[in-house]
Amino acid sequence: MTAAHLRIEARVPGRLDAALELAAGETVAVLGPNGAGKSTLLSVVAGLQRAGGGRVTLDGRELGDLPPHRRGVALLAQDPLLFPHLTAADNVAFGPRSQGVRRKDAHDRALGLLAQVGVADLAKRRPHQLSGGQAQRVAIARALAIDPDVLLLDEPMAALDVDVTPALRQTLRTVLADRTTLLVTHDVLDALLLADRVVVLEGGRIVESGATADILSRPRSAFAARLAGLDLLTGTWDGEAVQTAVGPIHGTPDPAAELTVGVWATALFRPAAVSIYAAGPDDAPHGSPRNRIAVTVTDLEPLGDRVLVRGEADGTTRGTLLTAEVTPAAVADLGLVPGLEVTFSAKATEVAVYGSFKR
Amino acid sequence: MLLPLVAMTTRVDWAHFGSLITTESAREALLLSLRTAVASTVLCVVLGTPMAVILARTRFPGQGIVRSLVLLPLVLPPVVSGIALLDTFGRRGLLGHTLDVLGIDIAFSTTAVVMAQTFVAMPFLVIALEGALRTAGGRYETVAATLGARPTTVFRRVTLPLVLPGLLSGAVLAFARSLGEFGATITFAGALQGTTATMPIQIYLQRVTDPDAAVALSLVLVAVAVLVIGLTRQSRSAV
Repeated sequence: MTAAHLRIEARVPGRLDAALELAAGETVAVLGPNGAGKSTLLSVVAGLQRAGGGRVTLDGRELGDLPPHRRGVALLAQDPLLFPHLTAADNVAFGPRSQGVRRKDAHDRALGLLAQVGVADLAKRRPHQLSGGQAQRVAIARALAIDPDVLLLDEPMAALDVDVTPALRQTLRTVLADRTTLLVTHDVLDALLLADRVVVLEGGRIVESGATADILSRPRSAFAARLAGLDLLTGTWDGEAVQTAVGPIHGTPDPAAELTVGVWATALFRPAAVSIYAAGPDDAPHGSPRNRIAVTVTDLEPLGDRVLVRGEADGTTRGTLLTAEVTPAAVADLGLVPGLEVTFSAKATEVAVYGSFKR
Repeated sequence: MLLPLVAMTTRVDWAHFGSLITTESAREALLLSLRTAVASTVLCVVLGTPMAVILARTRFPGQGIVRSLVLLPLVLPPVVSGIALLDTFGRRGLLGHTLDVLGIDIAFSTTAVVMAQTFVAMPFLVIALEGALRTAGGRYETVAATLGARPTTVFRRVTLPLVLPGLLSGAVLAFARSLGEFGATITFAGALQGTTATMPIQIYLQRVTDPDAAVALSLVLVAVAVLVIGLTRQSRSAV
């Protein structure tokens, strides 16, 4: 397995002007609105588009105007694009065969990789006999088969059914460990679970960059804030709850999370799952366990027939932002105005807990 | 569509059908037709494939004009194509003198038949293949390139298999067009029995002297056409 240190300076007039560096084995998620230049960035690294005035270096090796087939960079798109005339195994063997690996060896490597991504039994199928999720697994194996120095993923799960994404994400988690990967995504969970770091691209420029959890919990760019859309608190898992700066948060561990005591974990919940109470003693109805977080309201934003209430969690030095989605009646009852101290409350059953990929 | 065919079969002199289509001239014409049509088809594939790839996969100024020129024989009356060829390669044509010096005389030879057929059949192959290339799109080729395949490998292992059905139907169309070619051939190559008199020409000539033989030969041509279409359909469904 190889992993390379990647430096990108991409300048495509009118579309992209960004510099980015990836340590060997690091996974960086690229977030941004449509047309922000995310795919252009991948094209530049893959050699499908010229870097303009910029340059791309891999372990100090200048890729310059090298054609795509001599770069050692594999690209996995939203559409698996398996060659329709080849079986799954032959698709995976295609890369090694093109590089002169003997037929038998290439086939053995293909079978091994198909097993690694969990579709060993589909080796002889043709692409049209595969489901979307299966095809994408084969495509992952095919990209890994050439042992690329850099793996480029362009929204690899955007075209799949929601019910197959968690398992596929789990597979990606395994295969991306220790690989230099640039991952373009729209999905917060992808960024959170697969990436070490996030960069936010807007209008072709990098507007934000940092650890995934930091970006999502304290978004500074408008896009990251919109994208986050979810409430997110990080801390260590103590076996029962996530110990965060605002106290323990109880939730339902994600089945694929493999949580162990002491690992870094993230609690996620939807703003609509949050109720707001006046600050003070616990007068909320008892029953299922609830998480209570003291919050100072920072702003209110109408959203259709609901109101988004944003607040800063007390006790966090850097001001973790949380959002609640409530009815206008609740806003009136509580007399919510910026500066007011209130309590955000979320049922444990509404909170999902994920183990972070890396820390 | 069917009525003329039916009408023709009613005119066939079945009693002498066997002897009519096995005469020396008929056999020579059929063999010549098949030989030249196969040769033209091969030429169309060899020359038309790069042309189709260039038209489908690249962009250059004047591309529209080039495409129009390639398709020109499609709309040109075949006789006009024949005259154009004669004016180029004929003894008194543009290149005729040069070729004459080199000891090459093309007009009124079997080579001329093949050239005339290739000229009029080429657009069929280019159109079919360019369409197939456009439908297949460049995305598979991009993926293949990022997997480390050289452009020649990409073409051989990805592009070609993907457009094979298109190439096949283009070749069949070109073959059929070559087999039926008349106007350009008789203008450029004449009607010498055994050398340039292909089936359609033979049929045309015999229609005056021996109408029964002409009808019988026509039926043979229909049979060949049906056979070719049937065979390609079978091979395509097997792919």
